[in-house]
Amino acid sequence: MTATSLPAIEVNGTGDSEQAARRSVILLVYLLIGIAFGVVLTRSEVVSWFRIQEMFRFQSFRMYGIIGSAVATAAASVALIKRVKLKAISGEIIAIPRKELGSGMRYAAGGTIFGIGWALTGACPGPLFALIGNGDSVMIAAVLSALAGTWVYGWLRPRLPH
Amino acid sequence: MNSWFSGEWSWYIAGPLIGLFVPALLIVGNKVFGISSNLRHLCAAIVPGGVKFFHYDWKKAGLWNLVFLGGVLIGGFLASHVGAVRNIAISGETRIALSRLGIHDFSGVSPHELFNWRALLTLRGFVSVVIGGFLVGFGTAYAGGCTSGHAISGLANFELPSLIAVGGFFAGGLAATYLILPFLLGGI
Repeated sequence: MTATSLPAIEVNGTGDSEQAARRSVILLVYLLIGIAFGVVLTRSEVVSWFRIQEMFRFQSFRMYGIIGSAVATAAASVALIKRVKLKAISGEIIAIPRKELGSGMRYAAGGTIFGIGWALTGACPGPLFALIGNGDSVMIAAVLSALAGTWVYGWLRPRLPH
Repeated sequence: MNSWFSGEWSWYIAGPLIGLFVPALLIVGNKVFGISSNLRHLCAAIVPGGVKFFHYDWKKAGLWNLVFLGGVLIGGFLASHVGAVRNIAISGETRIALSRLGIHDFSGVSPHELFNWRALLTLRGFVSVVIGGFLVGFGTAYAGGCTSGHAISGLANFELPSLIAVGGFFAGGLAATYLILPFLLGGI
């Protein structure tokens, strides 16, 4: 009985449900990569307000070493991926969209505004969430404020120079 | 003590590990590493209002990234519960400079004097958490990226916009450190 009914189930299963299962597996992979990132952010102490102060006061090489070697590793990987025209596991050819320069204003002004916030909170967006995981519950308030900031930007966007 | 599970990782371990998240996400699903777009996705999911910037298919564009972000939170939890919680071994110079500004508690990841719920009622706590958080959200949305999207993904792809943005990050950070913090922390 099972021998006759199983293939039938499999035939039915190759449609939407198999795709849904595949999507869930891929999401699980993103979750695991995110967990690894949260661990690295915490253990590297990039999440620490003290470390960010040390960086902006040029009193330790540590943060510069971390950011510099992260960029170098990422750049070498991206160059290699482009060179061998690697395909993603999802099947697409890997392509990184270029950012539009425009007047450059959004990058200079937005970057500076974020920089002030980075020094005040001692955390960029990734660390804000890692810190909540660390048990620093007041960072929930910082995330809510960050959402408010993003929302206000969206609202003002048509009136801001880009 | 600097074992794998307790204490901080050296910069030459931590940096390359962070850099590897760029190829990892590209290889898994052709995704560009960047955290701050999640703030936009969350606004789009929760309170899009009448704002055009938040009217798009956030699930299609960002569900993967929101799941990734959930992972970051879990990872932060795991990392802080495995191994000893310890002080951050910042340089003596930074310690002295911060002591002069009125920071005396150097235990933990961030100064408890600024970062706790009760401190939100003080000017320095409110500015550090609420105003700082607002500027992080506004600035990253305006710049179209944060430390991950611009400083790491963008610079790794040799993007001029990202270089301008990173210049801005440091200009803003230095301004806050040398012009705002002395008044904010020293004044109260």
